[in-house]
Amino acid sequence: MIQVEHLFKKYGDLTAVKDLSFSVEKGQIWGLLGPNAAGKTTTMRILTGYLPATDGKASVGGYDVFEQPNDVKKILGYLPENVPLYPEMTVRSFLHFVAEIKQIPVTKRKEAVEKAIAISSLGSVQKRLIKNISRGFKQRVGIAQALIHDPEVLILDEPTIGLDPAQIIEIRQLIKTLKGDHTIILSTHILAEVTQTCDGVVIINEGKLMASGSLQELTASLQEKDGVFIRLRDGGREKAEHFKNIPGVDRVSMRDDGYSIEWTRGNDRRDDIARYIVEKNWGLMEMRPLAMDVEELYLRVITGGRVQ
Amino acid sequence: MRNIWAVCKKEIKTYFTSPIAYVALTVFLFLFGMFFHSIILWFNSYSMQMAQNPYYLQQININQMVFPSLFHNVSIVLLFLVPLLTMRLFAEEKKIKTDELLYTSPISINQIILGKYFASLIVLSLMLLLSWILSILTFVYGNPELKPILVGYLGLFLMGAAFLAIGIFYSSLTESQVVSAALAFGTVIVLLIMNWIIGAAGGTLKEVLSYISFTQHFDNMTKGILDTTDIVYYISFIFLGLFLTHSVIQSRRWR
Repeated sequence: MIQVEHLFKKYGDLTAVKDLSFSVEKGQIWGLLGPNAAGKTTTMRILTGYLPATDGKASVGGYDVFEQPNDVKKILGYLPENVPLYPEMTVRSFLHFVAEIKQIPVTKRKEAVEKAIAISSLGSVQKRLIKNISRGFKQRVGIAQALIHDPEVLILDEPTIGLDPAQIIEIRQLIKTLKGDHTIILSTHILAEVTQTCDGVVIINEGKLMASGSLQELTASLQEKDGVFIRLRDGGREKAEHFKNIPGVDRVSMRDDGYSIEWTRGNDRRDDIARYIVEKNWGLMEMRPLAMDVEELYLRVITGGRVQ
Repeated sequence: MRNIWAVCKKEIKTYFTSPIAYVALTVFLFLFGMFFHSIILWFNSYSMQMAQNPYYLQQININQMVFPSLFHNVSIVLLFLVPLLTMRLFAEEKKIKTDELLYTSPISINQIILGKYFASLIVLSLMLLLSWILSILTFVYGNPELKPILVGYLGLFLMGAAFLAIGIFYSSLTESQVVSAALAFGTVIVLLIMNWIIGAAGGTLKEVLSYISFTQHFDNMTKGILDTTDIVYYISFIFLGLFLTHSVIQSRRWR
Protein backbone atom coordinates (compact mmCIF):
# COMPACT_ATOMS: atom_id res chain seq x y z
CA MET A 1 0.00 0.00 0.00
CA ILE A 2 2.80 2.36 0.90
CA GLN A 3 6.15 1.95 -0.76
CA VAL A 4 9.26 4.03 -0.30
CA GLU A 5 12.36 3.31 -2.37
CA HIS A 6 15.74 4.96 -1.98
CA LEU A 7 14.28 8.21 -0.80
CA PHE A 8 16.55 11.23 -0.34
CA LYS A 9 15.67 14.69 0.90
CA LYS A 10 18.16 17.50 1.15
CA TYR A 11 17.56 20.94 2.67
CA GLY A 12 20.54 22.84 1.28
CA ASP A 13 23.56 21.09 2.74
CA LEU A 14 21.58 19.17 5.29
CA THR A 15 20.45 15.71 4.27
CA ALA A 16 17.32 14.96 6.23
CA VAL A 17 16.54 11.59 4.64
CA LYS A 18 19.22 9.30 3.25
CA ASP A 19 18.43 6.31 1.06
CA LEU A 20 15.30 5.33 2.94
CA SER A 21 13.34 2.28 1.78
CA PHE A 22 10.44 0.48 3.41
CA SER A 23 6.98 -0.74 2.60
CA VAL A 24 3.72 -1.16 4.47
CA GLU A 25 1.08 -3.74 3.58
CA LYS A 26 -2.59 -2.87 3.18
CA GLY A 27 -4.60 -2.81 6.41
CA GLN A 28 -1.65 -2.65 8.77
CA ILE A 29 -0.48 -0.10 11.29
CA TRP A 30 3.19 0.74 11.24
CA GLY A 31 5.15 2.94 13.56
CA LEU A 32 7.84 5.31 12.47
CA LEU A 33 10.32 5.50 15.31
CA GLY A 34 13.36 7.61 15.79
CA PRO A 35 14.93 10.29 17.95
CA ASN A 36 14.23 13.98 17.33
CA ALA A 37 15.45 15.24 13.96
CA ALA A 38 15.67 11.68 12.63
CA GLY A 39 13.67 12.56 9.51
CA LYS A 40 10.29 11.19 10.57
CA THR A 41 8.31 14.32 9.80
CA THR A 42 10.19 14.88 6.54
CA THR A 43 9.39 11.33 5.42
CA MET A 44 5.73 11.83 6.24
CA ARG A 45 5.63 15.17 4.46
CA ILE A 46 7.06 13.56 1.34
CA LEU A 47 4.49 10.77 1.47
CA THR A 48 1.65 13.26 1.76
CA GLY A 49 2.88 15.34 -1.16
CA TYR A 50 3.60 18.39 0.99
CA LEU A 51 7.30 18.27 0.17
CA PRO A 52 8.94 16.87 -2.93
CA ALA A 53 11.80 14.42 -2.44
CA THR A 54 15.27 15.20 -3.79
CA ASP A 55 15.63 11.70 -5.17
CA GLY A 56 13.99 8.29 -4.97
CA LYS A 57 10.47 6.99 -5.32
CA ALA A 58 7.46 6.89 -3.06
CA SER A 59 4.02 5.56 -3.82
CA VAL A 60 0.78 5.40 -1.88
CA GLY A 61 -2.04 3.09 -2.95
CA GLY A 62 -0.25 2.41 -6.23
CA TYR A 63 -0.04 6.10 -7.16
CA ASP A 64 3.32 7.75 -7.42
CA VAL A 65 3.53 10.65 -4.98
CA PHE A 66 5.45 12.83 -7.46
CA GLU A 67 3.68 11.89 -10.67
CA GLN A 68 0.07 11.68 -9.47
CA PRO A 69 -0.05 13.82 -6.33
CA ASN A 70 -3.77 14.55 -6.64
CA ASP A 71 -4.70 10.86 -6.74
CA VAL A 72 -2.57 10.29 -3.67
CA LYS A 73 -4.09 13.25 -1.81
CA LYS A 74 -7.59 11.91 -2.45
CA ILE A 75 -6.95 8.62 -0.66
CA LEU A 76 -4.82 10.02 2.11
CA GLY A 77 -5.58 11.55 5.48
CA TYR A 78 -2.83 13.43 7.24
CA LEU A 79 -2.42 14.68 10.78
CA PRO A 80 0.68 16.89 10.81
CA GLU A 81 2.84 17.43 13.87
CA ASN A 82 1.38 20.92 14.32
CA VAL A 83 -2.32 20.28 14.04
CA PRO A 84 -3.57 22.57 11.25
CA LEU A 85 -6.56 24.36 12.75
CA TYR A 86 -8.10 27.77 12.10
CA PRO A 87 -8.57 29.30 15.56
CA GLU A 88 -11.37 31.62 14.39
CA MET A 89 -13.58 28.80 13.15
CA THR A 90 -15.91 26.57 15.11
CA VAL A 91 -15.09 22.86 15.21
CA ARG A 92 -18.06 22.09 13.04
CA SER A 93 -17.48 24.73 10.38
CA PHE A 94 -13.80 23.75 10.23
CA LEU A 95 -14.68 20.11 9.61
CA HIS A 96 -17.19 21.25 7.02
CA PHE A 97 -14.48 23.23 5.25
CA VAL A 98 -12.13 20.24 5.30
CA ALA A 99 -14.91 18.05 3.89
CA GLU A 100 -15.28 20.52 1.05
CA ILE A 101 -11.61 20.69 0.10
CA LYS A 102 -11.28 16.90 0.42
CA GLN A 103 -13.83 16.68 -2.39
CA ILE A 104 -16.66 15.04 -0.48
CA PRO A 105 -19.80 15.52 -2.62
CA VAL A 106 -22.36 18.01 -1.26
CA THR A 107 -24.96 15.34 -0.54
CA LYS A 108 -22.58 13.33 1.66
CA ARG A 109 -20.82 16.23 3.36
CA LYS A 110 -23.10 16.60 6.35
CA GLU A 111 -23.05 12.88 7.01
CA ALA A 112 -19.23 12.82 6.81
CA VAL A 113 -18.95 15.70 9.29
CA GLU A 114 -21.37 13.97 11.70
CA LYS A 115 -19.43 10.75 11.45
CA ALA A 116 -16.07 12.43 12.07
CA ILE A 117 -17.51 14.25 15.08
CA ALA A 118 -18.93 10.99 16.44
CA ILE A 119 -15.75 8.96 15.91
CA SER A 120 -13.55 11.54 17.60
CA SER A 121 -16.16 12.26 20.33
CA LEU A 122 -16.28 15.97 19.60
CA GLY A 123 -20.03 16.35 20.07
CA SER A 124 -19.70 18.51 23.18
CA VAL A 125 -17.44 21.11 21.57
CA GLN A 126 -18.69 21.12 17.99
CA LYS A 127 -20.13 24.63 18.20
CA ARG A 128 -17.20 26.23 20.00
CA LEU A 129 -14.41 28.23 18.44
CA ILE A 130 -11.29 26.16 17.98
CA LYS A 131 -9.17 28.72 19.83
CA ASN A 132 -11.26 28.14 22.95
CA ILE A 133 -11.03 24.36 23.22
CA SER A 134 -8.40 22.39 25.12
CA ARG A 135 -5.29 20.81 23.69
CA GLY A 136 -6.77 17.33 23.83
CA PHE A 137 -9.83 18.41 21.87
CA LYS A 138 -7.66 20.19 19.33
CA GLN A 139 -5.72 17.00 18.78
CA ARG A 140 -9.01 15.17 18.27
CA VAL A 141 -10.20 17.75 15.78
CA GLY A 142 -6.91 17.07 13.99
CA ILE A 143 -7.69 13.37 13.88
CA ALA A 144 -11.25 14.08 12.77
CA GLN A 145 -10.03 16.19 9.84
CA ALA A 146 -7.65 13.40 8.80
CA LEU A 147 -10.47 10.83 8.86
CA ILE A 148 -13.28 12.84 7.41
CA HIS A 149 -13.08 11.58 3.82
CA ASP A 150 -12.61 7.98 4.97
CA PRO A 151 -9.16 7.72 3.38
CA GLU A 152 -7.51 4.39 2.63
CA VAL A 153 -4.23 5.60 4.07
CA LEU A 154 -3.74 7.59 7.26
CA ILE A 155 -0.51 9.30 8.14
CA LEU A 156 -0.40 10.49 11.73
CA ASP A 157 2.52 12.51 13.04
CA GLU A 158 2.63 11.99 16.80
CA PRO A 159 -1.12 11.49 17.23
CA THR A 160 -1.11 11.26 21.03
CA ILE A 161 1.24 14.12 21.87
CA GLY A 162 -0.11 16.53 24.47
CA LEU A 163 -2.92 14.31 25.66
CA ASP A 164 -3.60 13.07 29.16
CA PRO A 165 -3.25 9.31 29.86
CA ALA A 166 -6.97 8.61 29.53
CA GLN A 167 -7.11 10.44 26.22
CA ILE A 168 -4.00 8.64 24.99
CA ILE A 169 -5.71 5.31 25.62
CA GLU A 170 -8.84 6.57 23.86
CA ILE A 171 -6.91 7.69 20.79
CA ARG A 172 -5.00 4.40 20.69
CA GLN A 173 -8.28 2.52 20.83
CA LEU A 174 -9.56 4.71 18.04
CA ILE A 175 -6.50 4.01 15.91
CA LYS A 176 -6.86 0.29 16.53
CA THR A 177 -10.49 0.32 15.43
CA LEU A 178 -9.42 1.93 12.18
CA LYS A 179 -7.06 -0.91 11.42
CA GLY A 180 -8.09 -3.25 8.65
CA ASP A 181 -9.98 -0.76 6.50
CA HIS A 182 -7.19 1.76 6.70
CA THR A 183 -3.47 1.48 6.29
CA ILE A 184 -1.83 3.63 8.93
CA ILE A 185 1.63 5.04 9.51
CA LEU A 186 2.18 6.84 12.77
CA SER A 187 5.27 8.42 14.19
CA THR A 188 5.86 8.52 17.88
CA HIS A 189 8.33 8.93 20.71
CA ILE A 190 6.25 6.78 23.00
CA LEU A 191 7.53 3.27 22.60
CA ALA A 192 4.62 1.67 24.44
CA GLU A 193 2.42 3.02 21.68
CA VAL A 194 4.29 0.91 19.17
CA THR A 195 3.89 -2.30 21.14
CA GLN A 196 0.23 -1.62 21.74
CA THR A 197 -0.94 -0.47 18.35
CA CYS A 198 1.55 -1.31 15.63
CA ASP A 199 2.10 -4.37 13.46
CA GLY A 200 5.57 -3.28 12.57
CA VAL A 201 8.12 -0.55 12.97
CA VAL A 202 10.47 1.42 10.84
CA ILE A 203 13.31 2.77 12.95
CA ILE A 204 15.24 5.65 11.47
CA ASN A 205 18.08 7.74 12.76
CA GLU A 206 19.76 10.70 11.08
CA GLY A 207 17.65 10.06 8.01
CA LYS A 208 18.89 6.51 7.58
CA LEU A 209 16.93 3.32 7.94
CA MET A 210 18.21 1.43 10.99
CA ALA A 211 15.72 -1.44 11.00
CA SER A 212 12.29 -2.32 9.76
CA GLY A 213 9.95 -5.26 10.21
CA SER A 214 7.40 -6.65 12.60
CA LEU A 215 8.26 -6.36 16.27
CA GLN A 216 8.78 -10.12 16.65
CA GLU A 217 11.05 -10.30 13.63
CA LEU A 218 13.18 -7.45 14.85
CA THR A 219 13.46 -8.76 18.37
CA ALA A 220 14.33 -12.18 17.06
CA SER A 221 17.00 -10.89 14.73
CA LEU A 222 18.66 -8.88 17.44
CA GLN A 223 18.49 -11.41 20.21
CA GLU A 224 20.61 -14.54 20.14
CA LYS A 225 19.55 -15.79 23.54
CA ASP A 226 16.23 -16.51 25.19
CA GLY A 227 15.61 -16.38 28.87
CA VAL A 228 13.31 -16.01 31.83
CA PHE A 229 13.16 -13.71 34.78
CA ILE A 230 12.48 -15.50 38.07
CA ARG A 231 11.61 -14.22 41.51
CA LEU A 232 11.68 -16.48 44.56
CA ARG A 233 10.17 -16.09 48.02
CA ASP A 234 13.62 -15.51 49.43
CA GLY A 235 16.47 -15.04 47.03
CA GLY A 236 20.18 -15.17 47.62
CA ARG A 237 23.37 -15.25 45.71
CA GLU A 238 24.02 -18.94 46.42
CA LYS A 239 20.85 -19.93 44.57
CA ALA A 240 22.23 -18.35 41.40
CA GLU A 241 25.03 -20.91 41.50
CA HIS A 242 22.41 -23.69 41.59
CA PHE A 243 20.76 -22.36 38.46
CA LYS A 244 24.07 -22.29 36.67
CA ASN A 245 24.37 -26.03 37.16
CA ILE A 246 21.21 -26.78 35.24
CA PRO A 247 22.34 -28.23 31.90
CA GLY A 248 21.87 -25.87 28.95
CA VAL A 249 21.84 -22.67 31.02
CA ASP A 250 24.49 -20.29 29.75
CA ARG A 251 24.20 -17.32 32.04
CA VAL A 252 22.60 -16.38 35.29
CA SER A 253 22.59 -12.89 36.69
CA MET A 254 21.00 -11.22 39.68
CA ARG A 255 18.71 -8.42 38.70
CA ASP A 256 16.40 -6.32 40.85
CA ASP A 257 15.18 -8.87 43.36
CA GLY A 258 15.31 -11.87 41.08
CA TYR A 259 17.41 -13.78 38.60
CA SER A 260 17.61 -13.66 34.86
CA ILE A 261 18.50 -16.99 33.37
CA GLU A 262 19.53 -17.23 29.72
CA TRP A 263 20.11 -20.02 27.25
CA THR A 264 20.85 -20.30 23.56
CA ARG A 265 17.81 -19.59 21.41
CA GLY A 266 15.91 -22.74 20.47
CA ASN A 267 17.16 -24.70 23.46
CA ASP A 268 14.25 -23.97 25.81
CA ARG A 269 15.10 -24.71 29.48
CA ARG A 270 11.97 -23.37 31.16
CA ASP A 271 10.62 -26.82 32.15
CA ASP A 272 13.88 -27.82 33.79
CA ILE A 273 14.17 -24.59 35.71
CA ALA A 274 10.60 -24.74 37.01
CA ARG A 275 10.97 -28.38 38.02
CA TYR A 276 14.23 -27.63 39.81
CA ILE A 277 12.68 -24.82 41.84
CA VAL A 278 9.62 -26.82 42.75
CA GLU A 279 11.73 -29.81 43.80
CA LYS A 280 13.90 -27.61 46.04
CA ASN A 281 10.73 -25.95 47.39
CA TRP A 282 12.16 -22.45 46.99
CA GLY A 283 8.79 -20.79 46.51
CA LEU A 284 8.37 -19.62 42.91
CA MET A 285 6.76 -16.17 42.99
CA GLU A 286 7.18 -15.03 39.41
CA MET A 287 8.43 -16.37 36.12
CA ARG A 288 8.23 -14.39 32.93
CA PRO A 289 9.99 -14.45 29.56
CA LEU A 290 12.92 -12.13 29.23
CA ALA A 291 11.64 -10.75 25.95
CA MET A 292 13.43 -7.68 24.81
CA ASP A 293 11.00 -4.81 25.23
CA VAL A 294 10.58 -2.20 22.60
CA GLU A 295 12.65 0.33 24.53
CA GLU A 296 15.60 -1.97 24.62
CA LEU A 297 15.11 -2.83 20.97
CA TYR A 298 14.95 0.83 20.07
CA LEU A 299 18.07 1.73 21.99
CA ARG A 300 20.02 -1.17 20.53
CA VAL A 301 19.01 -0.24 17.02
CA ILE A 302 19.67 3.45 17.42
CA THR A 303 23.07 2.97 18.99
CA GLY A 304 23.84 0.19 16.52
CA GLY A 305 24.52 -2.13 19.47
CA ARG A 306 23.54 -5.76 19.66
CA VAL A 307 22.27 -7.94 22.46
CA GLN A 308 25.05 -10.16 23.72
CA MET B 1 -14.49 25.95 -9.45
CA ARG B 2 -16.06 24.26 -6.43
CA ASN B 3 -12.68 24.24 -4.71
CA ILE B 4 -12.12 27.93 -5.37
CA TRP B 5 -15.52 28.65 -3.85
CA ALA B 6 -14.72 26.50 -0.80
CA VAL B 7 -11.54 28.47 -0.08
CA CYS B 8 -13.24 31.77 -0.89
CA LYS B 9 -16.14 31.05 1.48
CA LYS B 10 -13.75 30.18 4.28
CA GLU B 11 -11.78 33.41 3.78
CA ILE B 12 -14.91 35.55 3.75
CA LYS B 13 -16.04 33.92 6.98
CA THR B 14 -12.65 34.66 8.50
CA TYR B 15 -12.82 38.30 7.35
CA PHE B 16 -16.11 38.70 9.15
CA THR B 17 -15.33 36.72 12.30
CA SER B 18 -12.17 38.73 12.86
CA PRO B 19 -12.53 42.51 13.07
CA ILE B 20 -10.52 43.14 9.86
CA ALA B 21 -13.47 43.43 7.48
CA TYR B 22 -15.48 45.61 9.85
CA VAL B 23 -12.53 47.89 10.52
CA ALA B 24 -11.76 48.24 6.81
CA LEU B 25 -15.39 48.90 5.92
CA THR B 26 -15.92 51.42 8.70
CA VAL B 27 -12.73 53.36 8.07
CA PHE B 28 -13.32 53.36 4.34
CA LEU B 29 -16.90 54.56 4.59
CA PHE B 30 -16.04 57.19 7.19
CA LEU B 31 -13.23 58.65 5.08
CA PHE B 32 -15.29 58.39 1.91
CA GLY B 33 -18.06 60.29 3.65
CA MET B 34 -15.65 62.95 4.91
CA PHE B 35 -14.14 63.57 1.50
CA PHE B 36 -17.53 63.53 -0.12
CA HIS B 37 -18.88 66.00 2.39
CA SER B 38 -16.04 68.50 2.09
CA ILE B 39 -15.92 68.36 -1.71
CA ILE B 40 -19.68 68.81 -1.95
CA LEU B 41 -19.53 71.77 0.48
CA TRP B 42 -16.81 73.39 -1.59
CA PHE B 43 -18.75 72.71 -4.79
CA ASN B 44 -21.83 74.20 -3.20
CA SER B 45 -20.24 77.48 -2.19
CA TYR B 46 -18.41 77.68 -5.52
CA SER B 47 -21.72 77.27 -7.35
CA MET B 48 -23.28 80.01 -5.23
CA GLN B 49 -20.53 82.44 -6.19
CA MET B 50 -20.70 81.51 -9.84
CA ALA B 51 -24.50 81.72 -9.94
CA GLN B 52 -24.24 85.50 -10.36
CA ASN B 53 -22.49 85.11 -13.69
CA PRO B 54 -24.49 83.22 -16.33
CA TYR B 55 -21.34 82.41 -18.35
CA TYR B 56 -19.56 80.71 -15.47
CA LEU B 57 -22.76 79.02 -14.36
CA GLN B 58 -22.72 77.03 -17.59
CA GLN B 59 -19.21 75.79 -16.80
CA ILE B 60 -20.24 74.22 -13.53
CA ASN B 61 -20.41 70.46 -13.82
CA ILE B 62 -20.65 68.04 -10.92
CA ASN B 63 -19.16 65.24 -13.00
CA GLN B 64 -16.01 67.25 -13.61
CA MET B 65 -15.75 69.13 -10.36
CA VAL B 66 -16.75 66.63 -7.67
CA PHE B 67 -16.11 63.08 -8.74
CA PRO B 68 -12.55 63.16 -10.14
CA SER B 69 -11.12 64.65 -6.96
CA LEU B 70 -13.31 62.39 -4.81
CA PHE B 71 -12.01 59.32 -6.63
CA HIS B 72 -8.40 60.49 -6.30
CA ASN B 73 -8.81 60.99 -2.57
CA VAL B 74 -10.52 57.64 -2.16
CA SER B 75 -7.73 55.89 -4.06
CA ILE B 76 -5.37 57.06 -1.30
CA VAL B 77 -7.71 55.57 1.30
CA LEU B 78 -7.64 52.28 -0.59
CA LEU B 79 -3.87 52.39 -0.58
CA PHE B 80 -3.94 52.28 3.21
CA LEU B 81 -6.70 49.72 3.59
CA VAL B 82 -5.85 47.11 0.99
CA PRO B 83 -2.71 45.80 2.74
CA LEU B 84 -4.98 45.21 5.76
CA LEU B 85 -7.14 42.91 3.68
CA THR B 86 -4.33 40.91 2.11
CA MET B 87 -1.66 40.71 4.81
CA ARG B 88 -3.26 37.74 6.52
CA LEU B 89 -4.10 35.60 3.52
CA PHE B 90 -0.95 33.49 3.18
CA ALA B 91 1.25 34.74 6.03
CA GLU B 92 -1.17 33.48 8.64
CA GLU B 93 -1.54 30.06 7.01
CA LYS B 94 2.20 29.65 7.19
CA LYS B 95 2.44 30.91 10.72
CA ILE B 96 -0.18 28.62 12.19
CA LYS B 97 0.87 25.79 9.83
CA THR B 98 -2.53 25.35 8.24
CA ASP B 99 -0.81 25.49 4.85
CA GLU B 100 0.03 21.85 5.47
CA LEU B 101 -3.68 21.04 5.37
CA LEU B 102 -4.25 23.02 2.18
CA TYR B 103 -1.27 21.63 0.29
CA THR B 104 -2.02 18.02 1.24
CA SER B 105 -5.64 18.29 0.10
CA PRO B 106 -6.65 17.45 -3.45
CA ILE B 107 -6.88 21.09 -4.56
CA SER B 108 -4.36 22.95 -6.69
CA ILE B 109 -2.28 25.95 -5.69
CA ASN B 110 -4.08 28.03 -8.30
CA GLN B 111 -7.43 27.20 -6.75
CA ILE B 112 -6.15 28.23 -3.33
CA ILE B 113 -4.76 31.54 -4.64
CA LEU B 114 -7.89 32.37 -6.62
CA GLY B 115 -10.16 31.47 -3.71
CA LYS B 116 -8.31 33.84 -1.43
CA TYR B 117 -8.07 36.56 -4.06
CA PHE B 118 -11.79 36.44 -4.82
CA ALA B 119 -12.59 36.68 -1.12
CA SER B 120 -10.56 39.89 -0.85
CA LEU B 121 -12.22 41.19 -4.05
CA ILE B 122 -15.62 40.59 -2.51
CA VAL B 123 -14.74 42.70 0.52
CA LEU B 124 -13.42 45.44 -1.78
CA SER B 125 -16.62 45.34 -3.82
CA LEU B 126 -18.66 45.61 -0.65
CA MET B 127 -16.71 48.72 0.35
CA LEU B 128 -17.37 50.34 -3.01
CA LEU B 129 -21.01 49.27 -3.13
CA LEU B 130 -21.77 50.76 0.28
CA SER B 131 -20.08 54.02 -0.67
CA TRP B 132 -22.39 54.16 -3.66
CA ILE B 133 -25.19 55.19 -1.32
CA LEU B 134 -23.55 58.62 -0.95
CA SER B 135 -23.10 59.00 -4.68
CA ILE B 136 -26.80 58.38 -5.14
CA LEU B 137 -27.45 61.56 -3.14
CA THR B 138 -25.99 63.59 -5.98
CA PHE B 139 -28.71 62.21 -8.21
CA VAL B 140 -31.37 63.20 -5.72
CA TYR B 141 -30.22 66.83 -5.51
CA GLY B 142 -28.61 67.31 -8.89
CA ASN B 143 -28.47 65.81 -12.32
CA PRO B 144 -25.03 64.27 -12.91
CA GLU B 145 -24.31 61.92 -15.78
CA LEU B 146 -24.30 58.29 -14.67
CA LYS B 147 -21.75 56.80 -17.06
CA PRO B 148 -18.66 58.80 -16.00
CA ILE B 149 -19.36 57.96 -12.36
CA LEU B 150 -19.63 54.28 -13.17
CA VAL B 151 -16.36 54.43 -15.09
CA GLY B 152 -14.76 56.13 -12.10
CA TYR B 153 -16.01 53.37 -9.81
CA LEU B 154 -14.69 50.79 -12.25
CA GLY B 155 -11.35 52.59 -12.06
CA LEU B 156 -11.40 52.41 -8.25
CA PHE B 157 -12.34 48.75 -8.39
CA LEU B 158 -9.60 47.83 -10.87
CA MET B 159 -7.01 49.80 -8.97
CA GLY B 160 -8.06 48.16 -5.70
CA ALA B 161 -7.97 44.76 -7.41
CA ALA B 162 -4.41 45.43 -8.59
CA PHE B 163 -3.44 46.52 -5.06
CA LEU B 164 -4.93 43.29 -3.73
CA ALA B 165 -2.90 41.18 -6.17
CA ILE B 166 0.28 42.95 -5.05
CA GLY B 167 -0.70 42.47 -1.40
CA ILE B 168 -1.39 38.78 -1.82
CA PHE B 169 2.04 38.33 -3.39
CA TYR B 170 3.75 39.91 -0.38
CA SER B 171 1.62 37.83 1.95
CA SER B 172 2.98 34.67 0.31
CA LEU B 173 6.56 35.85 0.89
CA THR B 174 6.59 36.00 4.66
CA GLU B 175 5.14 34.58 7.86
CA SER B 176 4.71 38.02 9.35
CA GLN B 177 1.55 39.94 8.60
CA VAL B 178 3.21 43.22 9.51
CA VAL B 179 6.07 42.67 7.06
CA SER B 180 3.69 41.70 4.29
CA ALA B 181 1.50 44.75 4.91
CA ALA B 182 4.49 47.10 5.02
CA LEU B 183 5.92 45.75 1.76
CA ALA B 184 2.57 45.95 0.00
CA PHE B 185 2.06 49.47 1.28
CA GLY B 186 5.51 50.56 0.11
CA THR B 187 5.09 49.09 -3.36
CA VAL B 188 1.69 50.63 -3.89
CA ILE B 189 2.94 54.06 -2.81
CA VAL B 190 5.80 53.85 -5.30
CA LEU B 191 3.34 52.99 -8.05
CA LEU B 192 1.11 55.90 -7.06
CA ILE B 193 3.77 58.59 -6.81
CA MET B 194 5.61 57.49 -9.89
CA ASN B 195 4.19 60.42 -11.83
CA TRP B 196 6.28 62.76 -9.64
CA ILE B 197 9.38 61.12 -11.03
CA ILE B 198 7.98 61.15 -14.55
CA GLY B 199 8.16 64.92 -14.59
CA ALA B 200 11.92 64.77 -14.16
CA ALA B 201 12.50 61.96 -16.64
CA GLY B 202 12.63 62.24 -20.40
CA GLY B 203 12.56 60.14 -23.57
CA THR B 204 11.83 56.42 -23.44
CA LEU B 205 12.20 56.33 -19.66
CA LYS B 206 9.36 58.79 -19.37
CA GLU B 207 7.14 56.68 -21.58
CA VAL B 208 7.88 53.50 -19.70
CA LEU B 209 7.36 55.11 -16.30
CA SER B 210 4.14 56.74 -17.26
CA TYR B 211 2.85 53.42 -18.53
CA ILE B 212 3.73 51.74 -15.24
CA SER B 213 2.33 54.53 -13.10
CA PHE B 214 -1.03 53.81 -11.50
CA THR B 215 -2.13 57.41 -11.43
CA GLN B 216 -1.76 57.95 -15.15
CA HIS B 217 -4.22 55.17 -15.92
CA PHE B 218 -6.50 56.07 -13.08
CA ASP B 219 -6.71 59.70 -14.14
CA ASN B 220 -8.57 58.90 -17.35
CA MET B 221 -11.11 56.77 -15.59
CA THR B 222 -11.93 59.33 -12.89
CA LYS B 223 -12.85 61.69 -15.73
CA GLY B 224 -15.13 59.04 -17.15
CA ILE B 225 -12.92 58.09 -20.08
CA LEU B 226 -13.02 54.34 -20.67
CA ASP B 227 -9.93 53.16 -22.53
CA THR B 228 -9.09 49.50 -23.06
CA THR B 229 -5.39 50.26 -22.52
CA ASP B 230 -6.14 51.19 -18.93
CA ILE B 231 -8.23 48.09 -18.34
CA VAL B 232 -5.58 45.87 -19.89
CA TYR B 233 -2.98 47.59 -17.72
CA TYR B 234 -4.80 46.76 -14.48
CA ILE B 235 -5.67 43.23 -15.53
CA SER B 236 -2.07 42.51 -16.48
CA PHE B 237 -1.01 43.84 -13.08
CA ILE B 238 -3.46 41.46 -11.39
CA PHE B 239 -2.13 38.55 -13.43
CA LEU B 240 1.44 39.44 -12.59
CA GLY B 241 0.67 39.58 -8.87
CA LEU B 242 -1.13 36.25 -8.85
CA PHE B 243 1.50 34.61 -11.05
CA LEU B 244 4.29 35.74 -8.71
CA THR B 245 2.31 34.40 -5.74
CA HIS B 246 2.03 31.05 -7.47
CA SER B 247 5.76 31.00 -8.19
CA VAL B 248 6.63 31.84 -4.58
CA ILE B 249 4.45 29.06 -3.18
CA GLN B 250 5.72 26.56 -5.72
CA SER B 251 9.39 27.39 -5.13
CA ARG B 252 9.00 27.37 -1.35
CA ARG B 253 7.88 23.78 -1.49
CA TRP B 254 10.75 22.73 -3.72
CA ARG B 255 13.43 24.27 -1.57
